[in-house]
Amino acid sequence: MQFIKPDININFIGKRKIAFGVSIAMIVVSVISLIVHKGPKLGIDFSGGTLIQAKFLTPTKIADIKAGLQNIALSKSSVQQFGDMQANEYLIRTESTAATGERFSSDVEKALNSATGVEVEIRRVEMVGPQVGEDLREKALFAMFYALLFITIYISGRFELKWILSGVVASALIGAVYIFKLFDVSIPFLIVTALIVSLILFWFLELKYAMGAIVALIHDVTITVGIFSIFNKEFTLPIIAALLTIIGYSLNDTIIVFDRIRENLRRYHKNPLEVILNRSINETLSRTILTSLTTLFVVVTLYFLGGGIIHDFAFALIIGVLVGTYSSIFVASPILLAWQSRQQKK
Amino acid sequence: MKTISWRLVLVFAVMVTAVIYLLPSLKPALWPHKQINLGLDLQGGMHLVLEVDTDKAVKSTAERISQEIRELLKKNRIRHVSVDQIENAKISAQIKKEENIEKFKALLDDDFKDLRMLSESKSDGTLTIVMDLPDRDADHIKKLAVDQALETIRNRIDQFGVSEPDIRRQGDNRILIQLPGIKDTQRAKDLIGKTALLEFKLVDDTQSVEAALKGNAPPGTEILYKVEEDPATRRSIKTPFLLKKRTLLTGAYLTDARVQIDSQYNEPYVSINFDKKGARIFERITGDNVNKRLAIVLDNNVYSAPVIQEKIAGGQARITGRFTTEEARDLAIVLRAGALPAPVDILEERTVGPSLGADSIRKGLISMCIGGIFVVVFMILYYKGAGLIADIALILNIVLIAAGLAGFQATLTLPGIAGIILTIGMAVDANVIIFERIREEISIGRTPRAAVDAGYERATLTILDANVTTLIAALVLFQFGTGPVKGFAVTLSLGVISSLFTALILSRLIFDYIFMNRKVKTLSI
Repeated sequence: MQFIKPDININFIGKRKIAFGVSIAMIVVSVISLIVHKGPKLGIDFSGGTLIQAKFLTPTKIADIKAGLQNIALSKSSVQQFGDMQANEYLIRTESTAATGERFSSDVEKALNSATGVEVEIRRVEMVGPQVGEDLREKALFAMFYALLFITIYISGRFELKWILSGVVASALIGAVYIFKLFDVSIPFLIVTALIVSLILFWFLELKYAMGAIVALIHDVTITVGIFSIFNKEFTLPIIAALLTIIGYSLNDTIIVFDRIRENLRRYHKNPLEVILNRSINETLSRTILTSLTTLFVVVTLYFLGGGIIHDFAFALIIGVLVGTYSSIFVASPILLAWQSRQQKK
Repeated sequence: MKTISWRLVLVFAVMVTAVIYLLPSLKPALWPHKQINLGLDLQGGMHLVLEVDTDKAVKSTAERISQEIRELLKKNRIRHVSVDQIENAKISAQIKKEENIEKFKALLDDDFKDLRMLSESKSDGTLTIVMDLPDRDADHIKKLAVDQALETIRNRIDQFGVSEPDIRRQGDNRILIQLPGIKDTQRAKDLIGKTALLEFKLVDDTQSVEAALKGNAPPGTEILYKVEEDPATRRSIKTPFLLKKRTLLTGAYLTDARVQIDSQYNEPYVSINFDKKGARIFERITGDNVNKRLAIVLDNNVYSAPVIQEKIAGGQARITGRFTTEEARDLAIVLRAGALPAPVDILEERTVGPSLGADSIRKGLISMCIGGIFVVVFMILYYKGAGLIADIALILNIVLIAAGLAGFQATLTLPGIAGIILTIGMAVDANVIIFERIREEISIGRTPRAAVDAGYERATLTILDANVTTLIAALVLFQFGTGPVKGFAVTLSLGVISSLFTALILSRLIFDYIFMNRKVKTLSI
């Protein structure tokens, strides 16, 4: 069986302007959504608060649950259905963190039981204090930052065989981050600065593959975060794990195309770059589609069958796989063309 | 031939090791090694992060020192000096008469030379000296407080009876506690969080409690409450007591605490034993205060305040109250394990009930099977014979991840299962790259053997490159992640490494065998 014939020749590069437009549009929508929602919606892992997962024996009205919560000073909680419709499970969230002291879960159980008249089981309680939330937020952002940093070093070293140069870039980045940290700036700002600095460095040091890969990464992560924001989904620790996986996965695709480009550049160096890029993308297309397909299938299975706790995590991965595949074809490689036009101008 | 043999040995060795590590998890009776650890989110349990209020520890040390100073002043008959512990663990001394200043300073120089002088000011003939503990001492007290809290909590949990608890220090003043499989989380939390500071204080009878409540409390006294729940109405009743602030004896001198049943009322109580010094103090207190009431105070709650009938020798006392057997047992545990040097706050709590954990395992396994079956069927449909090779590699891959989890004693969490599922989807990637390469080589007219050789040769570097990035992400996650997320990082890293092994070495070995045993004209790919 073969989905994609070996002699396939789609002019991907020729459509780069359309792709460029699509990407920009998606990023703009993502950023707008983030601005409208005042930043990403943080789960209790990062914002601090209490989350209770309660399972009722028979269907229950959310209003009844809320009424029950009012009796135990949890009136400011939000209640939503969780997992399968038939499971009668609900998630109760509140910003309060003081409440989980003595007898908390038994009190909640009693209050819900008397308000709804239905037997209830408290299946999960998570309480994160504001201090821990802040720590976790910092940790998560640093994880993203270091993942990007190491990947940057690896790509610039591996693809351009400029390990020393990539070392210089890395130390410049670490230095910049260290200096900014002294001024106590916020970490998101730190990461954005680090990204801009690395892009500028790549441009001037002519690390074009690294530039392509990083642009694709920023593209993927921004859009995934944006879609999460559009669907008003929460960012939790597992979502950060999903984002990091997306970073790794998206690069995986990109690297395979880049590898082929390098190989073809040596073999057909007389052809214009556009032709070589197109040829490389087409040659690896079968593999790109196949792998994305198998990965997509397993994460879709996870999305539908994995249960409520893993739901959003699987959702992030689905988006990541789709966007990552798209970007390795339509974003990463066309960036290489930017150099050609730059060299022609010289 | 030579290349086949080292691959064969390697594959064989890896398989055998994997089986050895996996056996205990499949059939524990066969091979007594450790099984795969399940995370709290899968087996149910409680995760707590506590913060030790170390400032309080410094404060109570300051309080103790000021009490010592007061006692020394009394002993040396230095009058008109008041010593108090004021805010931020500082000690303030006010000396009224000139002649006492010299004496007081001499006393400080002799016995308290470690105190740091902060300020000296004089007004209306009264000299005020403010002192505190030097930073080095304060830091030491803080560190000791956390160490001691860790040890105490560990003792309490051991006595409570939790299998394989994980209790460790986190950062400067935090304690991480993981209690797998625990059902009565509320009780465990109460047991861990209780400061359990046992104090004996005299009831002040010079003034009625009612007057004291109205604001007429004599100096050096405090009002503490006895809180009881009426078993019939389930209302809590608060009874105030006017107590002398001074602590006569603390739980620090305890050697043992046990639950006993009162034969008369058939009610449980806790009997406590003091060590020699404690017994002597107790004897003196009871001897000096016959017919007065002695309150037994735990964490600023009065438990009982019996009238002292006679001098009690032998160092035995009992704490009564309307205890259930469980409450009495827990009280005995905390008293035996000792008081926490400072109060602790719960900063983070994650509790998962066992039924939810079982649900998660079931759902995770179902997704894994269905996702796996799809990928296996798809590979056979798409690549036929070669697909079968990839499937063998895939199945071995899962075996290797499981063996890795058991071998490294890593913890399998729900995101960890998701990581395995993701690996199933991504692991065929390496095979796909190789097979696509082989197809390309065949289409340009190479023989099957040459095509396979070229395919592997060219694809190896690409595969390594592509997997390194995922590995980098997974390792960073491992470094920064906590709990369930760490489990994801572990399975993902294991998955990447084992898929490299199965794709580059195992599937190659199978191909080599196909070519060795017969002359192959066409390749099923």
